[in-house]
Amino acid sequence: MARVHILLVLAVIGCALYVVMSQHKARNLLAELQQETDRAQQMEVEWGQLQLEQSTWAMPARVDKIAVNKLQMRAPKGQQTRLIYSKGSHESSVRP
Amino acid sequence: MNYFKGTQTKKLVTLPAWRSRLLFILLLAGMGILILRAAYLQSINNNFLQQKGNARSSHVMAISAHRGMIADRHGEPLAISTPVESIGVNPQDVEVTPQQLNQLARIMSMDIKEVKRRLLDTTHDFVHLQRQLPPAQVEQIVKLGVPGLLLQREYRRYYPGGEVTAHLIGFTSVDDNGQEGLELALQSELGGKAGSQRIIQDRKGHIAEDIANIRLPKPGNNIALSVDSKIQYLAYREIKSAVEQHNAQSGSIVVLDAQSGEVLALANWPSYNPNNRTKPSLQVLRNHAVTDLFEPGSTLKPFTVATALEVGKYTPESVINIENGVFRIGKHAIHDTHPKKTLLTVAEVIQLSSNVGAAKIALSLSPEMVWQGLNDSGFGAQAGSGFPGEAAGKLHDHTKWKPVDQAAISYGHNISVSLLQLARAYTVFANNGELKPVSWLKLDKPASGKRVYSDATAHKMLAMLERVVSPEGTAPLAQVNGYRVAGKTGTAHKVIDGHYSPNRYISSFVGMAPASSPRLIVAVMLDAPAKGQYYGGIVAAPVFSSVMGAALRQLNVPNDKPLGNILMPPTEIVREEV
Repeated sequence: MARVHILLVLAVIGCALYVVMSQHKARNLLAELQQETDRAQQMEVEWGQLQLEQSTWAMPARVDKIAVNKLQMRAPKGQQTRLIYSKGSHESSVRP
Repeated sequence: MNYFKGTQTKKLVTLPAWRSRLLFILLLAGMGILILRAAYLQSINNNFLQQKGNARSSHVMAISAHRGMIADRHGEPLAISTPVESIGVNPQDVEVTPQQLNQLARIMSMDIKEVKRRLLDTTHDFVHLQRQLPPAQVEQIVKLGVPGLLLQREYRRYYPGGEVTAHLIGFTSVDDNGQEGLELALQSELGGKAGSQRIIQDRKGHIAEDIANIRLPKPGNNIALSVDSKIQYLAYREIKSAVEQHNAQSGSIVVLDAQSGEVLALANWPSYNPNNRTKPSLQVLRNHAVTDLFEPGSTLKPFTVATALEVGKYTPESVINIENGVFRIGKHAIHDTHPKKTLLTVAEVIQLSSNVGAAKIALSLSPEMVWQGLNDSGFGAQAGSGFPGEAAGKLHDHTKWKPVDQAAISYGHNISVSLLQLARAYTVFANNGELKPVSWLKLDKPASGKRVYSDATAHKMLAMLERVVSPEGTAPLAQVNGYRVAGKTGTAHKVIDGHYSPNRYISSFVGMAPASSPRLIVAVMLDAPAKGQYYGGIVAAPVFSSVMGAALRQLNVPNDKPLGNILMPPTEIVREEV
């Protein structure tokens, strides 16, 4: 009887220690997870900001201004355009 | 050294028995009180205490959910939410030195007195110091290390398009809810639902354990609009320059995909920058193209004529006597101020925009037929786009029409429409007689329309509308190099307080190209141009031409006419009837 009791007590102590250990592990993992989600969120923020930046730089108004003023570009006139049709296209259009 | 002496001399006294008993009872009572107290705390008051205990370590944390992105049809962002931090404070917890206060006020560029007032406002548990700060400033504030300051993540909406897309997209409130435009119309799709989570925090405020997700956050959906941001910019640029050139009160332009009814661009000038928190006057906020009604004038004539063709009473070649420009109905007279000939064919009525011709055609039909034709083309009812504040327009019931009303409606008076409605109505001529619903969202396949006129009628109308844009028509300036164009000018006296203004006009042009198989419909309207010119063919048609030309090139639409042959009339452009 006594031996069984001692065994059970030892088992209980073992379990208790294991609970403590796994709790600790769980907390560590959670902290890691938290860090990763924070990082993910940070990246999401950055992505949004980059997207915003890209679209701000690529605004048609800005492209238009740079093309015309800085690069001296202009839209080609009708006479300067040639239309090239790919084979098999059956557009009912008139060629210049 | 003999202090034992005294005690030795005294005899040992026995204490009375009650003293020990009293002590025993007192101790017992003390223990009893402790037991009762313990029982009280452990069982009766347990819940309350447990709650308090939990409140020290476990919190409900809100998980913010961001609002969906609005993009154009090619995925270019038009409205994005990015997180910003709001600085709040619990005045009961805050400890701040005067120096920190100074710095705080400087970083947030706020008045120091105001900061102080908010910090010391102990009537509230939470006070916002400053909302939606850029990340750099937030970092500086965090570095100050003032205890009691709380950061709250919020989302702020940015509109890369700024003024170009202002009226179309609208804007959101500081709480990220739609207030105007498509932001409001699509609120239920775009808006995210914040979630919450119960967590246990350790002493340093780190999350030690999350107990439960009370509610999962639901971020808003991203939405792809039908808008093409390049065409949108073209439209905006041209309408802006036209309004400035003609010193008009305002101008609007709508570009529709003729086959699917999708809105490719919609712009107004004057416009505003939705990124600024301070908003301009209501007049500037108004999306004139959708919410404002105007009498369209001659741009409505094609619908009268199409109804007449549909009934079979006329062909484009039928001849109408325009009575030398004056046509009397009872007491009223309808004028053609620039009659070129006495006899006009139906096609010429459209080409030269004859009021008398249109009135005579309308009067030869029953009121119900005219009304039906207009009603089927979507006039007098909302275009069903779901845009906030969309105007339905006015088309009086035909039973109330007198002959003079019927005549007036035929050339676009006594009826009011919005520009969007007008543009949509022209899908009838572009789509073999089918009216397409307006869509703000990108469609995978064209929506099915409603048949208004037969194929034959629509084709005949298209041919007649092409003549408007010829050198002999009212809108040679609407020609586009390399493409056949069909369209109609409109010039109408502006209605101010229920009366026609003698010298203020609304100039418009609605057209489509390429006429061989229309891809785009562009509707332009200028309100009260004030630099002498006011004819739709002179004021609005050039805007149409430049937007249409550039947009067709943008979309790689093949030419349907040789390049380089813009013909202009030898003398003056034919003036349309107002």
